[in-house]
Amino acid sequence: MTKPERHRRVRDGGVPLPLLLPAAIGVVFLVLPLLGLVLRAPWSELGARLAAPEVGQALRLSLVSATLATVASLVLGVPIAWVLARSRIRGRSVLRALVTVPLVLPPVVGGVALFLVLGRRGVVGQWLFETTGFTIPFTTLAVVLAETFVAMPFLVISVEGALRAADARFEDAAATLGADRWTTFRRVTLPLVAPGIAAGAVLCWARALGEFGATITFAGNFPGTTQTMPLAVYLALQSDPEAAIVLSLILLVVSLATLLLLRDRWLGRAGAAA
Amino acid sequence: MKTRALLALPAAALLAVSACGGAAGNDAAAGTTEGGGLSGTLTVFAAASLTDVFTQFGKHLEDQQPGLHVQFNFAGSSQLATQLTQGAPADVFASANESQMKVVTDAGLQAGDPTIFTENVLEIAVPKGNPGHVTGLRDFANPDLTLAVCAPQVPCGAAAQQVFQAAGIDARPDTQEEDVKAALNKVQLGEVDAALVYATDVQAAGDAVAGIAFPEAEQAVNKYPICTLEAAPNPDAAQAFVDLVRSDAGQKALVDAGFRAP
Repeated sequence: MTKPERHRRVRDGGVPLPLLLPAAIGVVFLVLPLLGLVLRAPWSELGARLAAPEVGQALRLSLVSATLATVASLVLGVPIAWVLARSRIRGRSVLRALVTVPLVLPPVVGGVALFLVLGRRGVVGQWLFETTGFTIPFTTLAVVLAETFVAMPFLVISVEGALRAADARFEDAAATLGADRWTTFRRVTLPLVAPGIAAGAVLCWARALGEFGATITFAGNFPGTTQTMPLAVYLALQSDPEAAIVLSLILLVVSLATLLLLRDRWLGRAGAAA
Repeated sequence: MKTRALLALPAAALLAVSACGGAAGNDAAAGTTEGGGLSGTLTVFAAASLTDVFTQFGKHLEDQQPGLHVQFNFAGSSQLATQLTQGAPADVFASANESQMKVVTDAGLQAGDPTIFTENVLEIAVPKGNPGHVTGLRDFANPDLTLAVCAPQVPCGAAAQQVFQAAGIDARPDTQEEDVKAALNKVQLGEVDAALVYATDVQAAGDAVAGIAFPEAEQAVNKYPICTLEAAPNPDAAQAFVDLVRSDAGQKALVDAGFRAP
């Protein structure tokens, strides 16, 4: 029943005016700043800027650390989302509020908070420093941790939403057929909410890629080890605004290209299945 | 110590402000309130290193001129210069170096020629107790220490490069911080063994941070220019603020905060 309806909607292509107008204004509002960057970019210097070794370095570091942060968020965040959406643990609403704190916390504050726990004078970090001599701040690991801290809530919220929207009867059916909860999660729940997880991962990755405040606070800024693209952009802005525009554009193009590519691969398949 | 200096400020500065009120009345356009009193809002764009002293100056001016509200935008000088050239409304600009003031004067935004009102030199900031046993600039070449300097793009980082070059030191910092307060913050948190910051920042940080002066600092003396801005919404208050900064009392407060007289 839903299928023919959807097809009809697509063919009509008509959008009601009360939706069209705000949608158009919204798109213009979101896209204009991007257009501003494109218009102000010193296109003639673009090649030379791209070839600068520190740009490649920062870009590579950004992509690697954002991807690692996304992997960490998936490993830890999907189980959190399941607990929030499916378990009967008491105090889940408190747990949800706590887990989403990084969303409202100014990232710089998040960076300081990470210091207080993982810095070499932090609760955990001091013990680590005294037993192993290893310190986390100012390392690439610190970049990944800062990005994970800030970006994981986006994944948790998306996946929890997907879990809540998913039909729990499939899981019930699996259970009545003798599957234990872990098997049910692996074989039924995960495939069911895969598009939601993919969307959450993309959101998480994008947030991690743009992360600035927590990273520069907790990981510092050093080319090659902790200077990601947003940090490079910010510092370029201090002395050479045109370079900052070029760096921003590079980051935007790379992230948009990655997102479009992934979207086609993930959601394209999911869309075809629907 | 800082507070004591400022207790001495009111009497002398009152003279400065009333004197400049007259001066401003001569050359400034309309917009002054009657009786020489200043009113409205005064917006001061100032380098982050001026945060403490200028905040006190602002409070002082507000006390003297009850109709006046002073607001500040403290940030890296280059950031402020960018904001100003992009049209941010401000009455006064105080930069931590001459090059960023030049950005503003090149854009023709100044109301009069900028004047140097104070100077600042670098100092080594170490956490209380000096856990890294830092003694001088040479320690910045030690890879075993965790060290912070400012990024070369910001004034304190450019100054750091100058002193390292002059001293022939191959510095091995772990992080290039986005501004001097961020570098100092890492010292306060005890996360670095040393950071290269301004003498004023050490002074302002209180007991958690100790300062180590070093002779090479003379290679990079930062001169602070100040000017009122052509498009100032409140030119009289702007002039009063600049006059206060340059008055004897203002200069004394700056010296007490770790700055040097120009």
